[in-house]
Amino acid sequence: MSVHSFDSSAYGARKSLWARLTARDSLARRLDWTLMLTPLALSGLGALLVWSATRNRTELTGGDPDQYLFKHALNAVIGIALAVAVVWVGHQRLRSVMPLLYVLALVLIGLVYTPLGATINGERAWLNVAPGLQIQPSEFIKVTIIIGMAVLLSAKVDAGDREHPDHRTVAQALALAALPVAVVGDLGQVMVCAVIILGVLLASGAANRWVLGLVLAGAAGAVAVWAFGLLDQYQLNRFAAFANPALDPSGVGYNTNQARIAIGSGGLFGTGLFQGSQTTGQFVPEQQTDFIFTVAGEELGFVGGSLILLLLGVVLWRACRIAREATDLYSTIIAAGVVAWFAFQSFENIGMSLGIMPVAGLPLPFVSYGGTSMFAVWIAIGLLQSVRIQRPLSA
Amino acid sequence: MSNIPETGRTSRVTIRLIGIQILVFSLLLTLGGRLWYLQIRNGDEYQEEAAGNHVQQVVQPAPRGTVYDARGVPIADSETRLVVSASRTELMKMDDDGEAVLARVAQVLGMTEEEVAHKIRLCDAETPQPCWNGSPYQPIPISDEATTQQALTIRERAEDFPGITAEPEAVRYYPAPYGAVTSQVLGYLSPVTDAEVQEAKDTDSPLLRSDQIGRSGIERTYDTALRGDAGVLRYEVDKLGRVLGMAESDEPVAGSSLVTSIDAGVQAVVEKQLDLAMKTARQQVDQITGRPYEADAGAAVVMESKTGRIVAMASLPDYDPNVWVGGIDSEQYAELTGENSNYPLLNRAIQGQAAPGSIFKVVSSMGAVNAGYAFDNTYNCSSSYSLGSHSFKNFESTGHGPITLGDALKYSCNTVFYRLGHQEWQKDGGLDPDKGEADEHLYQAARKFGLGERTGIDLPNEVTGRVPDRQWKREYWEANKESWCKTAEAAKAGDGEDGPSAYVAKLARENCLEGMKLRAGDSIIYAIGQGDLLVTPIQMATGYAAISNGGTLYDPTIGKAVISPDGRRIEEIKPSAHGELPADDKTIRQIDQALRSVATDGTAAWRFTDWPHEEIPLRAKTGTAQVYGKQTTSWLATYTEDYTVVMTISQAGTGSGASGPAVRNIYDALYGVGEGGEIDRDRALLPEPREALPKINPDGTIEAAPARPEVVTAWRDAEFG
Repeated sequence: MSVHSFDSSAYGARKSLWARLTARDSLARRLDWTLMLTPLALSGLGALLVWSATRNRTELTGGDPDQYLFKHALNAVIGIALAVAVVWVGHQRLRSVMPLLYVLALVLIGLVYTPLGATINGERAWLNVAPGLQIQPSEFIKVTIIIGMAVLLSAKVDAGDREHPDHRTVAQALALAALPVAVVGDLGQVMVCAVIILGVLLASGAANRWVLGLVLAGAAGAVAVWAFGLLDQYQLNRFAAFANPALDPSGVGYNTNQARIAIGSGGLFGTGLFQGSQTTGQFVPEQQTDFIFTVAGEELGFVGGSLILLLLGVVLWRACRIAREATDLYSTIIAAGVVAWFAFQSFENIGMSLGIMPVAGLPLPFVSYGGTSMFAVWIAIGLLQSVRIQRPLSA
Repeated sequence: MSNIPETGRTSRVTIRLIGIQILVFSLLLTLGGRLWYLQIRNGDEYQEEAAGNHVQQVVQPAPRGTVYDARGVPIADSETRLVVSASRTELMKMDDDGEAVLARVAQVLGMTEEEVAHKIRLCDAETPQPCWNGSPYQPIPISDEATTQQALTIRERAEDFPGITAEPEAVRYYPAPYGAVTSQVLGYLSPVTDAEVQEAKDTDSPLLRSDQIGRSGIERTYDTALRGDAGVLRYEVDKLGRVLGMAESDEPVAGSSLVTSIDAGVQAVVEKQLDLAMKTARQQVDQITGRPYEADAGAAVVMESKTGRIVAMASLPDYDPNVWVGGIDSEQYAELTGENSNYPLLNRAIQGQAAPGSIFKVVSSMGAVNAGYAFDNTYNCSSSYSLGSHSFKNFESTGHGPITLGDALKYSCNTVFYRLGHQEWQKDGGLDPDKGEADEHLYQAARKFGLGERTGIDLPNEVTGRVPDRQWKREYWEANKESWCKTAEAAKAGDGEDGPSAYVAKLARENCLEGMKLRAGDSIIYAIGQGDLLVTPIQMATGYAAISNGGTLYDPTIGKAVISPDGRRIEEIKPSAHGELPADDKTIRQIDQALRSVATDGTAAWRFTDWPHEEIPLRAKTGTAQVYGKQTTSWLATYTEDYTVVMTISQAGTGSGASGPAVRNIYDALYGVGEGGEIDRDRALLPEPREALPKINPDGTIEAAPARPEVVTAWRDAEFG
């Protein structure tokens, strides 16, 4: 049942490297270069913004103002390497190693709760890998869920046994996804995972009642939390503070208010890189990670902010196209899962900076500082490229 | 490249994928729209907020302008003092919030640690005074009375006193030349309140939280000019208040100076002589009450007759204006404003109101002439005037027979004016005049004389006094009838017995039923300046000055010129008039003659024996006003061609008796008149009004030409002859 990706070595006699790279059917020619360059541009822009947000913060940089510029760039390079590795391996081959990946992801999340885990900003979501190097296993959950659910849901359909996944399969897939999500426990990541699961179900062709059921379950869960007082008032206030900063004026409300001031004060062209008073004055918290968009808003203005939206739009547009043009359901689900992931995470991240979404600690893909997040999104790009490469050449 | 058929995918998935795509792009559009809304549509608003966020201001106060007397002698000045201040931001950076440093400061300054802590704590709703009301980024003064030694200790051991500065700073100071405190006229300063900062925000002269502003007197009237514009150093700071750099800053612009018409020498004489008059009165026993006179308050005004400029203005009790400098403590404040303080903050020359007594007769005379009574006709000055069973007595119950209005003024004959008042009341329709019937000539004359309204002096909170005409009577009844009727009811129920309570009850009953009507008795006593009539000393001075100058009511002024700090711009405050006396030139001349005879042969003559009446013609009118339950108010209104002097002392007896010697001494000092009536111009403090401003040097400083101190002190300390 395994379908192998096209392998360039299968094509005739050995040619020169250049010829092989430029051949019509070569890997290089078959890559979606727009989908390579746009995330690269976002990563580069992100590096500048992270630089601006951190260069005055000696307590972070330890005196080297350029430290985060290089670290961000390095993360992007590692991310690109991971993407290339994924393309090299091919998403189809991942089907067979899927159980291994799944167990590995679970172990990593589990390790967070051992002495190896670290708490940063009140979230126990980090793992000390080496001194000064932490990873956030929850970022990999998203990849794992997408591939895992895709494997399960597409198996019978791609084998031609059924037109759509049957109920039993859908139930299995949901159970598979639910376990790591339940372990994560980080509100932002749980929200992204829920949206990814929804996207995956939609793309899999699962019966409408499953989709509807999932949406209703989410709504019911939210109502239950509200009605049974599972959250304290201050937690509710924090959640609602995005709409009314006065509810939590010293905490989240302060943050969202300062974020809004930073973005609003940018105007059309912004104050110029490194020139934002809100940014240099460090009025916005977590500015190099969760609130990175405020740096763009203040220093690069509407033009810069729109550019980021445009670049993200291009990434999503290419991803949607790849999903639509994918040749099998497995590939379709993977592409659609990545679309759901990127779209929601971007919307939530920028939306909270703009004060239209509640505050949840989620990075902006490619732009926010953070190694694990950067690796995860580039791996997703690798998956998309792999799906794209598998597509038959048009006549 | 339509390869969808090749995917073999169902239309369900295809449709859903398209749905996802549409949803994704709507989300992006939403973000774009919101971004536009924040940055383009509301961008200005957020830019302002961001600016407020990251800029902190440190105020450099502008030196407040000096107030000079007419000779250029400073009467409100700024003095350099050594001020020890603490920077809160610096102290808060220390591990113990600067406690150790503050303890050392307290030790050096000889204060307790608690006192120091109180000085630098920030004011909020729950913090009592003392506390710091200004910006926490501003250096907070701990002491403005540091000695050079203390300041040097702090500056030399700077490493022991991080965040503490000891710098010379300008502090308001009232030098009181010749001992003339001029307290209520100068006023005082105190820190602005938040409300005032808000209010002044969008005006031409916005206030800073560290500003001191004038609270009363000329410090308040001329506050904007004197204050100048404080400089503002703007620091860009980060969230933790750490300074990142400098933003645009403004240099302080010094306040303008004010030259007043006050003559510090004359002021010293007037203050001291008024005080002496009051002390003397207290030695005398009041024949009516059998007690010594209380002489609890007094006021005196010396005004230039032809311009309305104030040469001296005194109000007793007074206070030392320097108590306000550097913040007033609660004990001192209670002394100035408490129930037992006798309210020294009041400027009784413009805020004290009392019945004028006989000095009002000049107004009645003008009203009578306007009503058709010829000035030179004769009117019966009987020993008493009867209305029904009540008999209104003449002063000391003596009659003078038929006399002119002029003689009625000279002898201060009450019965002549009683009769005029009664006749006018009858002509006006008595108790129930028809609409429009009442001409109210006597009351109209009072209003035109400037009574019942402010003179417009350049001092705040002047009061109006009142003219008790028919309209006032009705309005007053409307406002009070409820309480009167209640008192009357209560008195009836508890059948209030003898003593004042019976009198009060009777009065309340009368007022309750009839209080809206102007009674004959009201008009009769009104004609001699008694009853419900209330005037202020400044109103009487303005009116008498008008008789002196031929009829013009000038706005009394203290300020003479506002001079920019560099001395280049001089804004003179010209005399301006607000009305004319209700009398033609002839009547004014006749009244003037009559008042002259008061000083030479009439009721005031005994106080002006040996006065050189030929060289310096003096006019006077005495007044002794009765106040229910109190001793009589002494009034003396006088003028020459140059000056008008009005003095009043509450609960001190007669006009000539209590105020006479002091007024005489004031005139002696002004003109340099010796005991035998000889004029020594060399010793005259101000033989003629000073028109010119003091000399302004090219560097903007003002050159003082003070009176010789020994001359001033001699006049000031003159005994009553």
